[in-house]
Amino acid sequence: MNAPADTVIRAGRSAQRAFERLKRNRAAAGILSFTGLVLGTLRDLAPIIAVVAVFQVAILRQPFPDLGGIIGGLVLVMLGLALFIKGLEMGLFPLGEGLAQGFALKGSLVWLLVFAFALGFGTTVAEPALIAVTDEASRVAADAGVIAAGADAMEAYALGLRYTVAVSVGVGITLGVLRILKGWPLHYWIIGGYIIAVGLTFLAPDEIVGIAYDSGGVTTSTITVPMVTALGVGLAASIRGRNPLIDGFGLIAYASLTPIIFVLVFGMVF
Amino acid sequence: MELIALIVEAGLDTALDVAPLIAIVLFFQVVVLRRRLANPGRIIVGFVYVTVGLVLFLIGLEEALFPLGKTMAAQLTDPAFLGLAEGARAHWLDYGWIYVFAAAIGFGTTIAEPSLMAVARKAGDVSGGTIRPWGLRIAVATGVAVGVGLGTVRIVTGVPLHYLFMAAYVIVIVLTIFASRSIIALAYDSGGVTSSTVTVPLVAALGLGLAANVPGRSPLLDGFGLIAFACIFAVIAVLGFAQLSSALAALRRRRELRKGN
Repeated sequence: MNAPADTVIRAGRSAQRAFERLKRNRAAAGILSFTGLVLGTLRDLAPIIAVVAVFQVAILRQPFPDLGGIIGGLVLVMLGLALFIKGLEMGLFPLGEGLAQGFALKGSLVWLLVFAFALGFGTTVAEPALIAVTDEASRVAADAGVIAAGADAMEAYALGLRYTVAVSVGVGITLGVLRILKGWPLHYWIIGGYIIAVGLTFLAPDEIVGIAYDSGGVTTSTITVPMVTALGVGLAASIRGRNPLIDGFGLIAYASLTPIIFVLVFGMVF
Repeated sequence: MELIALIVEAGLDTALDVAPLIAIVLFFQVVVLRRRLANPGRIIVGFVYVTVGLVLFLIGLEEALFPLGKTMAAQLTDPAFLGLAEGARAHWLDYGWIYVFAAAIGFGTTIAEPSLMAVARKAGDVSGGTIRPWGLRIAVATGVAVGVGLGTVRIVTGVPLHYLFMAAYVIVIVLTIFASRSIIALAYDSGGVTSSTVTVPLVAALGLGLAANVPGRSPLLDGFGLIAFACIFAVIAVLGFAQLSSALAALRRRRELRKGN
């Protein structure tokens, strides 16, 4: 064996040993696995980066404005996503499951339903995305002459819409929890709900229809979704005869359906 | 200065999301359940991770992707880009690039959606590996792409929203009747979570910009509704993919059986 190749192999082995030692060190291992997580988010972001880049360069034929800022922003997005995923497994999922177990052990139906309503209502009423949508809706409603153009009327409309959506999400989660406990099949509820929604669509004024259907989507925030999901799955897992996959999911489905119905009714009444 | 304002705003938004949740959970944990959580320290650290992560995520999006995406939506809907004469009535096919952009951005934002990642992960855990998180996310993103793409076509052509909603719901109902029970709840949940942090700002900007620029459309009647479209088509896509993959599996099994004989 010739000498240079031997040196390279030996250097490689010692580097590998150093790497193994580094992996055994807990802090270093944490950093290594987190770096892996951060780089892994590239896969999540690749499609959106590709779309923006292709359209900017090939179709709009514009140079990238402020490329440094964009790259800096992307690094923040990747870091944030990695932290979020790590926090899910450590914090939000165990919290939701712990609560589900706690309620199952306590065995009080009333408190569980009160909790479900409070969770839906409380996390929705202050939700920034919802506030933005209702403000926008009141502005466009005033432009269209549905309500008086004054600031008071617009504020009342936006606030009314916001409380309507928050109450509806509370009702949705409560119904969803009740369904997990009783083991009712989800599809009858959802199909029934959609038939009601479609029926109300005919009766409600045209202006409210788009807002009603959109408000179903924007209500559950990124922090609430994992907790609610873990809660549902945890409840289904701790009740005998329930399957977490069949019965545990579906809370979000209720929380997206009830706002449509409630906002359509709001549009008919207001 | 601008960056600091951005950090404060993103922090405030996330705090408004987190604070009620913590208050409610604490109240029930301490007053009603009176039971200590297992491993509270780890949960608190996890909560801090989630919150800080979301703030960084939002700042990064505001800094990097949203301004660009919104400018692009505005540029694509601009009559000058479309090569239309002043006041000329455009054919709906003239807006072709907008449909492509809408579908592609719908796909991209859904893959990057954190709450969908959470639901997909949980589904992967619970199903014991029969539902692959990445596959579920691609199915949902495909549905959102079709939904947002069709939604923009609708804004341009002006087909009334409720006809399309009804058609989509009929498809959902038919698929639900034939779907296996284990996928139904997950499919509807994925529909609900498709549209949040990443998708809504970009898609809503696209819809409202389009409705404002296409002659004869009003932002109130036509601008909204895109997100709802995305949700319904996500449900359709997940139910459809599940149907397709179980049909393919059955086919493969039959073929293997025949080979065995």
